[in-house]
Amino acid sequence: MRPPRPGANASAMQPLVVSHYTATSCLGHGLEPLTSALRTLRGGLAPCSFETVDLDTYVGAVGGLDDERLPVALQEFDCRNNRLAHLALRQDDFQQAVNGAIARTGRHRFGLFLGTSTSGILETELAYRQRDPATGALPATFTYHSTHSAFSVAAFLRRLLAVDGPTVVVSTACSSSAKAFGSAQRMIAAGFIDAALVGGVDTLCLTTLYGFHSLQLTAPGPCRPFAVDRDGLSIGEAAAFVLLERPNARTAASTLALLGIGESSDAYHLSAPHPDGHGAGIAMAGALAAAGIAPGEVDYVNLHGTGTSSNDRAEALAVHALLGAQVPCSSTKGATGHALGAAGALEAVVCAIALAHRFIPGGINTAAVDPALDVNYVTETRSAPLARVLSNSFGFGGTNCSLVFGRAG
Amino acid sequence: MTALSAYVDGIAVLGPGLPDWPATRAILAAEKCYTPAATILPAVAVLPPAERRRTGRAVRLAIAVGLEASAHAGIDPRSLPTVFASSGGDGENCHEICAALASSERSISPTRFHNAVHNAPAGYWSIATHAIASSTVLCAYDGSFAAGLLEAAAQVAIYRLPVLLIAYDTGYPSPLREKRPILDAFGVALVLAAERQERSIAQLQASLSDRPADRVADHEMEILRTGVPAARALPLLERIARRDSGTANLEYVGATTLRLDLLVCC
Repeated sequence: MRPPRPGANASAMQPLVVSHYTATSCLGHGLEPLTSALRTLRGGLAPCSFETVDLDTYVGAVGGLDDERLPVALQEFDCRNNRLAHLALRQDDFQQAVNGAIARTGRHRFGLFLGTSTSGILETELAYRQRDPATGALPATFTYHSTHSAFSVAAFLRRLLAVDGPTVVVSTACSSSAKAFGSAQRMIAAGFIDAALVGGVDTLCLTTLYGFHSLQLTAPGPCRPFAVDRDGLSIGEAAAFVLLERPNARTAASTLALLGIGESSDAYHLSAPHPDGHGAGIAMAGALAAAGIAPGEVDYVNLHGTGTSSNDRAEALAVHALLGAQVPCSSTKGATGHALGAAGALEAVVCAIALAHRFIPGGINTAAVDPALDVNYVTETRSAPLARVLSNSFGFGGTNCSLVFGRAG
Repeated sequence: MTALSAYVDGIAVLGPGLPDWPATRAILAAEKCYTPAATILPAVAVLPPAERRRTGRAVRLAIAVGLEASAHAGIDPRSLPTVFASSGGDGENCHEICAALASSERSISPTRFHNAVHNAPAGYWSIATHAIASSTVLCAYDGSFAAGLLEAAAQVAIYRLPVLLIAYDTGYPSPLREKRPILDAFGVALVLAAERQERSIAQLQASLSDRPADRVADHEMEILRTGVPAARALPLLERIARRDSGTANLEYVGATTLRLDLLVCC
C-alpha cells in the first residue's frame, strides 16, 4: 500500500471502531451538556476571570476544577491539566469502558495517545511568582516531571489506568490531539496493540492567554468564526477521550468508526497559515484517500474555524478547492472556545455526536457569514442523516491534520 | 509480542564533545577516547535570515542532526516525513516567558510565544527544507527517544516509506535547571526505511520489554546517557558502532523499556 500522493502520508486504512467517547468543556461535564448545547445553539464562553488575568477577552473555562481531587497515590500529578483529565475520564462511564477494553486486550496491548500543547505549565507560571528573593530558586513544592512536562498527563493516566503498552504525548500545538489519532491508528494497524485511549487535554494558563494576545489574535468578545466581522479567537479548555479499537467479526456496520487520517506540513510560517490553505488541502485530501472516499461523499465538515481572519480565509479556500461550495460546514469553537491541544479530540467527539444523533451542529455567534468565504457555513442546527464527516485541526508550526469519521460498515 | 522492523539508513549525532556521527562512532567503538566539551551548535544556514534570527538552541540542534542524517542516508530531506522527539522545548525561551508572566508587565513577544510550542523545531525544519510531508512531535519525558523510535518504526511498517527521526534536548537555565537538570544539548537523528538498501547500516526489531535499560561501557558516555533524555539512545548507537548484532534495551516509560533486536548489515 503506497500513499496516493507524496506529502499526504496516507494509505487506505482499515476503519477503527470508536467504541466509547466523552468530552468535558466549558459547555459542561460529559456528553449530555455538550450534545444539548450543540442542539440548542448554546455557548459556554464568558468574560475572562481566570486567575489574575487582566485581558479584555472571553474564555471557555471548565467548572469544578478547583474542587477536583486526584487519587491519594497520584497526588504528585496534581495540577489543573491533570485535574481536568481525571474529571473528564469519569464522565459517561468512560473509565469503566477503558478498564473493560484493557481487560480484553491485556495491559501490554493497550496504548495511551494524548495530545496537549501546554500541559501543566500553569504550575510553573505560578511557581515563578514564588521564587526565593535571595537565590531565585523555585519553591520546593514545584515538581517538573509530574506537572510541567508535556508528558505529565500521559504518565498520570498510565499510572491511573495501569497500562503497560505504548504511552506518548503528541504536542504539535493546536493539532496535537487530532494527530494523536494518527499515532494510535498506526500502532493498531501495525499489529503492535489492539486498542487505545486517544484524547486531548489542555487547560487555561497565562502563556496562551498573554501569548495569543501579543499576536493580537484574541477577540474581545465571544469568537465569531467565519463571520464577516470576525476579530479573533476565544481560548477554551477541554478534555476529550475516545476509545479506539480494532474491529472484529461482531462489529456492526452501524458502529461509529474512524475512517481516515491525513497529515501535512505547511512549510510556510511558524504562526501564520499558508495563505492559500495549501497544507490544509493536502491534509484533507489525505484523510479522504485514507478513508477511500470521494470529496462528494463528505456530509459535514467540522472546521478548525478559530475566528481569526487568516485561519478562516485559508481554511475556506482549502475546503472550497477540495469539497466545493455546497458541503455544510461549521466551527463549534464559538460554543467551546479554542481548546488548543485538546481541540482535535473535542471536535472528534463533536463529530461522533453529530453522526450518532444525526444532526449538523450550527456555528454560533456568527451573525453574518463572510461572503468572501465561499463555503456553505451553517449557523442553525439541523437534522441530517450523516454518513461521513470531516474534522480539521491546524496549528502553529504549519501542522495540519484532518480526520474522517463515519460508520464501520 | 509483535515487533516493528526497520532498517537504519542514516545516523547523525551532535552533543558535548561529539561533533558528528563519525566521531561519536569512533568513541563508542572504543577507537578513540571521549573528551566531554560544551556542545557547539552550528548556525542554521538553510533558514532565511529573518527566520534564522528567531531560532533558539533546540531548533539549531534539531535541524543540524536532521540534515546530517538525511545526507548520510543520501536522501533529500524535502521528501521525508518526520518524527520529532524531545522531553522539553526551548528551555531558555520557556524561562523568559515564565519570568515575564511573573513580572508586573506580563508582556511576551509574539516570536517568544510561537517559539514556545513543542513543535517549533518541526515547523522551522519544514520551512528550511520545504518538506510538506507529515511531521509529528512527541514527548515521553526521559523515554522520548524510545517513543519517537517506536512511532517512526510504526510509520515505516505502515507506509513502507523512509522516515526521519529527530530526537533532541537542550537544557534549562536556572531556576528550572535545578528542577530539571539536563547536562548539555544532545541530538540524534536516524533515517529509517522498510527495505534493505545498499547503504543500510542495521536492521532493528522494536518491541516492549520489562528488562532494565542498558548502560554504555564508557564512563563519561554513561554520564551523558543519564544526563540528557535524547542520549538514552546511546546503547543503540554503541551496538551499531561496534557492529554488534544483539539486543539493546532503551529507557522508555516507568519499568517498561524499548527492546531493539539488531542485525548489523555487512
